[in-house]
Amino acid sequence: MMDGKLETNAFGDALTGEQRIRNFNLNFGPQHPAAHGVLRLVLELDGEIVERCDPHIGLLHRGTEKLMESRTYLQNLPYFDRLDYVAPMNQEHAWCLAIETLTGTVVPRRASLIRVLYSEIGRILNHLLNTTTQAMDVGALTPPLWGFEEREKLMVFYERACGARLHAAYFRPGGVHQDLPDDLIDDIESWTWTFPKVLEDLHTLLTENRIFKQRNVDIGVVTEDDILKYGFSGVMVRGSNLAWDLRRAQPYECYDEFDFKIPVGKNGDCYDRYLVRMEEMTQSILIIRQAIAKLRMEGGEVLARGKITPPSRRDMKTSMEALIHHFKLYTEGFHVPAGEIYAAVEAPKGEFGVYLKSDGSNKPYRAKIRAPGYLHLQAMDHLARGHQLADVAAIIGTMDIVFGEVDR
Amino acid sequence: MAQANQQALAALAAHISAKQGAAVLSTEIAFGDLSVTIQPQALESFVQFLKDDKLCKFSSLVDITAVDHPEEDPRFVMVYHFLSMYLNQRIRVKMALADGEITPSICAIHPSANWFEREVFDMFGLMFSNHPDLRRILTDYGFRGHPLRKDFPTTGYTEVRYDEAQKRVVYEPVNLVQEYRQFDFLSPWESAKYVLPGDEKKA
Repeated sequence: MMDGKLETNAFGDALTGEQRIRNFNLNFGPQHPAAHGVLRLVLELDGEIVERCDPHIGLLHRGTEKLMESRTYLQNLPYFDRLDYVAPMNQEHAWCLAIETLTGTVVPRRASLIRVLYSEIGRILNHLLNTTTQAMDVGALTPPLWGFEEREKLMVFYERACGARLHAAYFRPGGVHQDLPDDLIDDIESWTWTFPKVLEDLHTLLTENRIFKQRNVDIGVVTEDDILKYGFSGVMVRGSNLAWDLRRAQPYECYDEFDFKIPVGKNGDCYDRYLVRMEEMTQSILIIRQAIAKLRMEGGEVLARGKITPPSRRDMKTSMEALIHHFKLYTEGFHVPAGEIYAAVEAPKGEFGVYLKSDGSNKPYRAKIRAPGYLHLQAMDHLARGHQLADVAAIIGTMDIVFGEVDR
Repeated sequence: MAQANQQALAALAAHISAKQGAAVLSTEIAFGDLSVTIQPQALESFVQFLKDDKLCKFSSLVDITAVDHPEEDPRFVMVYHFLSMYLNQRIRVKMALADGEITPSICAIHPSANWFEREVFDMFGLMFSNHPDLRRILTDYGFRGHPLRKDFPTTGYTEVRYDEAQKRVVYEPVNLVQEYRQFDFLSPWESAKYVLPGDEKKA
C-alpha cells in the first residue's frame, strides 16, 4: 500500500481523498517514556495497526565486552552492575559463578545464603519496577509511586550491605564482600512481614482493574513455539504455562534447599506475565525468610580465603605475606586457569549468562554477556505485528526491557 | 550429582559423535560443559540434527559469539550455545573460521539467531550467507571497523562532540590529551618480552 495507488473498497465505491490512505512510518523513541530507556522503534502503521516493527538498538552501547578485555577479573565485576541496573547483584552473580567454576573455588555457606538473600531482593526490586511501570505505560499513575516507595526501602538494604544503593559490587568471586550485621538481617525480616500488605494493595489497584485488563488481556500472546523460536527465558516462558526456572532446573548456589513454587500463566498474554511477576514476588519473600532463618544458624566466613580473595584486615596488620597478597590482588589481580565456561543465573528478566574464555592470565581473553532482554526485544516485530499502536507500549513493558543489558 | 551429570554428558557426546561422525571433529567435557567442535561446512545440518534428534532436542538457541585469535590460523572461533528445556541439557558448538570466510546463517532453523549474527558481523566483521537482514546492530549509524577484533584499539578512531558553532554533533579523529594507559600488572617474570637484566646468560 506504499505505492500510492488509488484504493477502492470491496464494493467498488468512490473514495474521498481522506479515505485513500497509505501506510504511515513512525519513529517511536529514542526518547519516549514507554521505551524504558533509549529504544528507537521504526513502526510501519496501517491506520493504528502495526504492520512492521524494526527496533534500532545500541544507543546505550558502551563497549562493555571490549573494556573487559583490558581489565582484571575483579575490575570487571562492577561492569555487571551497570548492565541491568534494576537488579544489579543478580548480574554480578553470573560473573562470580563463572570465575568460581574455572578456579574451583568453594563459596562458604554463609556467603552462599547471603547471595540467595540478595538475589531475591534483586528479583523483587526488578518486578516492582516492571509491573508498576508497565501499569504506567497503559495509563495507571499510582502503582509506580507505591512500588517505588518499597524499592527505596530495598535500596536502603543494598546500601547497608555494601554502601551503594545501585552499583553494589557486593558479590565477589569467592563469596560476598562484607558480612551482614545482625540488625540488618532483623530489619529485612521485619520488612518481609510488611511487604505482603503492599503487594495486596497493588493487587487491588491493578489485578481486577477494568482498564488494566482491557489493555493487557490477550495482548502479546506468546506460544510455546514462539518461546523456542525466539529463545525466550524467564517470565516470558513461565507466563505461557512452561514451568522453566533455572533455580529449579539447574540449581546453582544453594537454591536446591529452598522451598518455593514456580508460578506459571495459562494464556501467555501480558496480563498473565503480570500475574506471574506478582506471584514471584510472594515466592521471593518466602525464600528471603528461609534464607534469614538459615543465616541466623550459620556463622563463619563470607569469603573463601585464598588466592582470589583479599586477606582479612587483621591478618594484613600482622602478616607480611598477607600484606603482599593484598597488594598483588588489587594491582595484578588473580589469575584464572585457561579454559572456557558458560555460567547462567535466573535473573529476574530471564536467563542471564556469561561466556568466559580465559587464557590463564589476569584478564579475561573474551567475555560474552548473554542478556535475556536482547532476545526478547528481537521478537518485538513478531509480537507487535497486528496489534494497535498503543499495545506496543504494553508489550515493551511486559517484555521487561532494560537497555543497560540489551546494548551492553 | 556432578558425577551423574558427567556421565550423562559423556553419553550425549558419544551419541552425537556416532550420529554425526562426519561433522564432529572433537568433543570435550570441561567444567561441567560439553563442547563439540565441528566442520564449518556441516553447521546447518548439525544444528538441525541437534534440534530434531530425540536424545538432543536442543530447541533453544542461547547465544552466538566469536573469539578472535589474531596469531592463530584460522583466526576466529565461532561459539554457539544451545539449551534443551525438555531434556534439561546444554551444549556448546565451536568451529574455526578464517578471516573473510562466510558462515551459513542458522536463522532459518533458529529465528533467534538473527540479532546474534548481526552482532557478530558488527563486532568481528564475519559474514553470514542467507541472513535476512545483515546490518550493524550495536554500533553507531555509519560506524567503521569491528570493535571486538583484538587489533581494534579500545579508544576507537573517532570521537563525537556537540559543536556550538555548527549547531550539530560533529565526528572527529580521537585526540587523546595524554597517552592511553594500558596498565600491565603482571610480574616482570611473566610479562616481560625482553631479557631481564641479569638474565642474559640464561637467554
